[in-house]
Parts: sequence; structure tokens; C-alpha cells
Amino acid sequence: MCGSWRSPAAGALSGAAARVSHVQAPVYGLVLAGGRSSRMGEDKAALPYAGRSQLERAMTLLAPHVARAYVSVRRDQKAEPVRAQFAQIEDRLDDAGPIAGLLAAQARHPEVAWLVLACDLPLLDESTLTHLLAARDPAALATAYRSSNDGLPEPLCAIYEPGSRGALEQHVASGEYCPRKFLLKAGVHLIEEPNPRALDNINTPQEYAAASRTLLRESAITAKHFTVQYYALLREQAGRSEETLESSARSPRELYGELSARYPFTLPAELLRVAINAEFADWSTPLNDGDEVVFIPPVAGG
Amino acid sequence: MPTFHFTRTPIDAADLRRALADPACGGFACFEGWVRDHNDGRRVQHLEYEAFEALALREGERIIHEAMTRFGVTRAACAHRLGDLAIGEVAVWVGVSAPHRHEAFLAARYIIDEVKHRVPIWKKEHYLSGDSGWVNCERCASAPGADAARHGHSQPR
Repeated sequence: MCGSWRSPAAGALSGAAARVSHVQAPVYGLVLAGGRSSRMGEDKAALPYAGRSQLERAMTLLAPHVARAYVSVRRDQKAEPVRAQFAQIEDRLDDAGPIAGLLAAQARHPEVAWLVLACDLPLLDESTLTHLLAARDPAALATAYRSSNDGLPEPLCAIYEPGSRGALEQHVASGEYCPRKFLLKAGVHLIEEPNPRALDNINTPQEYAAASRTLLRESAITAKHFTVQYYALLREQAGRSEETLESSARSPRELYGELSARYPFTLPAELLRVAINAEFADWSTPLNDGDEVVFIPPVAGG
Repeated sequence: MPTFHFTRTPIDAADLRRALADPACGGFACFEGWVRDHNDGRRVQHLEYEAFEALALREGERIIHEAMTRFGVTRAACAHRLGDLAIGEVAVWVGVSAPHRHEAFLAARYIIDEVKHRVPIWKKEHYLSGDSGWVNCERCASAPGADAARHGHSQPR
């Protein structure tokens, strides 16, 4: 099935992209929060789930996986408080939908690949992002999940390579604004979802209520207490050397994402090491209640 | 005495050297790291060291043990200062005693290199101009993650 979506023309295009990008382009993240939420009747980015807004949840989940994370906004949304706390990229086309956000991001940083996320995926989880990044094919125009509902590519939890920009611009120039149609005709690498519920999107108050109940239940089950110690630059940026906190983070990576949303940390996770209970640990080690966690900035002894 | 330790008072090199004396050893190699008055074109007024001691002590002991088994030396030790240090002070001391000089030199070199790369110790430089910065942290932090990684500041392992 996957092969039939790759037309000969698109295949040639993706081949050209592969030759141009000798090195795998770094990945930046973009959460699309420029929608009008008309079916929901209120701003989907600001909807709270288990105490945190959808936008904050999405940015926290995304930030540790990408070199930089941005929120895509319309001009009239820039000062809106939920959006104002994050680095923004403003749409340049009016009412062109998600594709406008992606094009604006590609215009700002044409050299990187963009991991694009919709702002109405409250059940999105860590494993769906790590699997997408691990399965990424930089030689294709995009890497996307095949929806378990309809078998079609899922455009709003996908990685768009630098080489997709020209084809996306042509798509829009021809009057097409649907990103799914773009993926159907482009050279796209389709992968299976590790957790099919993770990409359920929320469009109505009823769907919101159901997702909200699910997440509240999960956070009540998964909330744990951790002690975090801060050293050197992180201590100064956190304004403290130690704290005990409640969190539903399952791994140090998720915990660093949560803390990065709270404190003005400038060190990306890839420059840090992590220790659990005074021993070096992997970023994906499952955290247990009572663990002592230390994020270790680049060292400089001697 | 543990073979790797921290101290907040000046390092007594004579004391540390005495502890490595051994009748079976014919060679002793030592490295001292001193506080320098400049770094990367900036004039340094003083340094400040801090460590995640619980893990640093374990990692330091592991490095000493690796050096002893790898090079077959008789004794080895390392001391590192914490807190504020003035120009010219000894920040780190490494000593190795062995039957012959060759292994002693190799082991001392191994220990100081690994300590600098692996042990969670951080150094803040206070400059004559009045500002300060954490070595290896501040410049990469202002660059995008990808660029920083390319500059080679990412940590080993």
C-alpha cells in the first residue's frame, strides 16, 4: 500500500532531496496553534487537561526531542497568554490552515526538518514521538504515520524534510491547502502507529470531556514524587539547588521537558547527562516514586 | 584513605605524595592542574568549582581503578578542590607510583584526561571585567542545540 502513494514524479523529487542533504538535517519542532477551533467553540490550545493547557503539554512533550521548538500562531494570537510563553512563528498566509504554519516555519529555517504537531492531540505520548524520529527517512519528503482509522497519512504528527518546501509551495500555488492530499501525492515514508489512540484528535466538547477524563485518570495513577538536584548553570537558572516535586513524567527525558517549561533552561537535553539515585542513567530509564534525579551539564573539572 | 577525594582547603601535595610511597616502586609521576589567569582570550580573576559529590566520588574511584588495572601501576590517587580558588592555586592533583616510570606517566595521563571528561565537576570563571561564566555551558547554550553538538561540547558516552 505504502508504495502506491509514491508517484514516479515524487520519487524523483525525493531522490534529489537525498542527494542535496548529505548530512541528516537537524529537526526543529512546530506545534500548530493557529487554528480557529470553530467546532469546539473555544480555543483548543488553551483547553486544560489534568491541570495543564494542551499547548503546554504539547510543547513539553516535544521540546526535549528537537533542537528548537516553536508554536505556530496567527498574527492576532501573538499576545495571547498561553501562546506568549513560547517562541513563535507567525503565519504569513491568512486562513490557509496548518500548511500556512509549516510554510512560515520553512521560510524561517529552510535548512532544517520540521516535526509538526497539531494542537488537538491530548493523548499524544512519548513513544509516538520517539518512534516517528527513529523511523524518519531523510531521503523522503516527509515521514508520517498511517492512520489506524482510515489508512491515510496523518499530516499533523509528521516530519517534513527541507526538500519538501518547494513541493509544498507548488501544492499551495495550485490552490490546494490540504496537507493530507500533499502527503498522498508526495514521496512520503509511511509508518505504523505504536499506540493508535495517541493520534485521536479532539474537535467537539464531548470528545474533549472524554479525553480529559482519560488523562485525569492516568495522571492520578501515574503521579510520583521525585527529588531533583540542580548544579552549576542549571542551579542558577532554576534558582534553587534542590526540590521535591510531583510529576507524572515516566522518564528523565519527560521530566526535563516539564522542568524546561517551568525554568528558563538554555541547555538542550542532548548536551546533558542524567543520573538517577547518584548513578549515571539512560534518558529513557523508567522513573520510580522517590527517585533522586540530577541533570548533569557539560562537565569541566581540572 | 579513598583514592579520589574532594577538599575545600588547599591541596597538600607532599602529604598526598607520601601516601603513594611504596618500596616496590621505582617511579612516581604527578600532574597538578593550576588556576590560570586567562582562558579563551579573557582575563580570569578567580575560579569557582562545584561537584555532584555523591556521583563524582564514585566515578573518580572508577577512573583510578581503571588506570591501575589497565597500566598495572602500584598506587594512584587524585584530589580535586571545590569552592573559590585564586590564581596559581592547585585545582587538581594526580599522583601515580609504579615499578617503572613508563606506566606511571601513562596512568597519570589517563586519570587526568578521564576526570576532566567524566566526573561531574563544574568550573565557573570569574573575569577581571566583572562577569562570569560556566565553562563548556554558556556558549553552547546560546547556540541552537544542533550547532552546539557539532562544536563537540556534547558529553562522552
